[in-house]
Amino acid sequence: MKREIPILITLVFGVFMIVQFFIPHPAVNDIANRLQNWAIIVISFSYVLGSANILRINGELVYRRAPGWPYKLVLVIAFFTMATPGLILGIAEGSWTNDRLFTFTYVPLASTMYASLAFYIASAAFRAFRVRTWQASVLAITALIVMLGRIPVSHFIWQDLPGIVDWIMGVPNAVAQRGILIGAALGAIATGLKVILGIERSYLGRE
Amino acid sequence: MEFFWISIAGLCTVAILSFLYSDNPLYKVAEHFFVGIAAGYVVCAEFYNVFLPNLWRPLTSGSDYWLIIPLILGIALFTRFSDELGWISRWPMSVIIGTYSGLAVIGFASGDMVLQVQASLIPVFEPATISTFSSEPSVLNFLQIFRNPLFTLGLICVLFYFFFSVEHKGGLRHIATTGTTLLMIGFGAGYGYTVMTRIALLFDRFYFLFVEWLKIAA
Amino acid sequence: MANTTLQKLEKLDRRWVFLAMAIAVAAPLFFKLGLAPKTTPPVKAFYDYIEQLPPGSRVLCSFDYDPGSKAELNPMCVSVLRHIMLKGHKPVILTLWSTAPALIERNINEVCRDEFGKQYGVDYVYLGLKEGREAVMVAMGKSIRSTFPTDFYGTPLDNLPLMNGVENYSSFALLINVSAGYPGTKEYVQYVTSRFAIPMLSGSSAVSVPEYSAYFQSGQLRGLLTGITGAAEYEALIGKPGLAITAMDGQTMGHFVIIFFILFGNLIFFINRRSKGRA
Repeated sequence: MKREIPILITLVFGVFMIVQFFIPHPAVNDIANRLQNWAIIVISFSYVLGSANILRINGELVYRRAPGWPYKLVLVIAFFTMATPGLILGIAEGSWTNDRLFTFTYVPLASTMYASLAFYIASAAFRAFRVRTWQASVLAITALIVMLGRIPVSHFIWQDLPGIVDWIMGVPNAVAQRGILIGAALGAIATGLKVILGIERSYLGRE
Repeated sequence: MEFFWISIAGLCTVAILSFLYSDNPLYKVAEHFFVGIAAGYVVCAEFYNVFLPNLWRPLTSGSDYWLIIPLILGIALFTRFSDELGWISRWPMSVIIGTYSGLAVIGFASGDMVLQVQASLIPVFEPATISTFSSEPSVLNFLQIFRNPLFTLGLICVLFYFFFSVEHKGGLRHIATTGTTLLMIGFGAGYGYTVMTRIALLFDRFYFLFVEWLKIAA
Repeated sequence: MANTTLQKLEKLDRRWVFLAMAIAVAAPLFFKLGLAPKTTPPVKAFYDYIEQLPPGSRVLCSFDYDPGSKAELNPMCVSVLRHIMLKGHKPVILTLWSTAPALIERNINEVCRDEFGKQYGVDYVYLGLKEGREAVMVAMGKSIRSTFPTDFYGTPLDNLPLMNGVENYSSFALLINVSAGYPGTKEYVQYVTSRFAIPMLSGSSAVSVPEYSAYFQSGQLRGLLTGITGAAEYEALIGKPGLAITAMDGQTMGHFVIIFFILFGNLIFFINRRSKGRA
């Protein structure tokens, strides 16, 4: 019951996702389409579960007055500041949640969070990017050529530089990426089949 | 009023950037506020874009009673919070795992494997590239000579590098080394483009700070 | 003495590096260089494909990014919408990223409604978000109506004239994806383009460009906008300079700083290693 039914559900959903490709009959399509729509709904619930989990963990920490609890309280307050008016008034343009809260808090926070990585990449370039082997030097030289070739002044440095970068991206880089894509595809197909057939069960947990 | 909200955005930006100097309470507040706002927004987005149109309205209008099944499965996900009933959440998890595993088998096979292999099924050498180079000698025309050999033999070298059933020694070591070299070129290109992304994001933040908020640059 | 200085430099406080980076990227905002990139083949292919579509073609646009990658992809999204409007095509827009709906809606309103004065429902439609990633992509191949029963504003698709007769991907001349990662271009290529036989263009965050180059080379992508530089090239091609072209000055300076740090870091490393070897 605890393990067999989940394995059966995985098998049914997995098989229908594959079968619909090979048997494009309306009856199969209808069932597969219905199952896909169910999956879309369940996945949507899983996102809400993720948010609820964040709220639960941080709410508990605030309740227990754990170290750093005032910050957790900020998180909980922020959650309700967004979710309460968002659920009542909506999130489309014209709503307070969209025009104010989302635009002037979430957008700058998220943008700056990712933007600050530029500083760390500069720091790593100076302190950690060491050319110790010839393979590392291949990597470094390619990186330098690509960085130089993808800026507007590249053709002033060397007229052929942009074309060389196009060639690197379109030939040796594409070959390397193709090798990775083919290898990853074989791995994904094998793993997918193992999951559907119940050979790979780690997603069920221990019991 | 508008300037007030832009200033809030400016303070959010400065708060996150303050971490570059050192960890501090202002950054921690901003960080936690960010997570809370994001979690709240996701709930709203899912409610208006999936829960209402795909589940609630068809179910309550009577157009599709079968939707009671994903509703129950969705609610069952929340049994994860219970020690006794947590196992029930495996059912909806299986729906997700089963769907994506099945889709992945076809997606990776048809989209990645077959078409990528097909794109490398070309002549090992293209004689026209030599004549082009002879008539118009240039660096680019010279490089084009290696195009087909790399897409065919080079790809075999890359794939061989990932093939661990045979030990990479003797002559085979050179094949694997060629594969590694091509991979390094790929990673080098990846590094260059990663730098491009990060700097673009940083410029955008400075543009906001100095042009849109403080208005000290044009 | 010189060696001691170099050894100190090797352990330089990273905040000096941060400062150098900040000055380099921010300085062009005060001292403009006015740099503009030259067009590269993937971007030209992207532009040409939209140009050759018959006017009035229905185009499916999936804009999949969040505020974290807004700097790179928002200019692309705006330019794509502008180009589509300039050519008289009709976009049906959606997103698969849960924090994207508001960003996308703003761009659509700015370009389609305010700049071109187009009518919602007749000239363009915004379907909004649908969670489910690959499942949504494949489900749209069967029926867009059952996947998106309503648009972003809760209007049933039957009430939108542009959606008349739209059933699945076959109702569209082209699929355009602007993507910051998963789910995005890679998944559309895997699950949609070959399976449902729809040509696809991609605008991608630069991080993903090396991987997508293999798709462009194989013809699975008909065109590719390559990060902020690609966006700037595209802005120049459609004749509407925007934020991407403005960013080129800072981008150039930033690249030079990183290149300098790599070379300088290695130079110090090798000099120090040699002197340690001698000692």
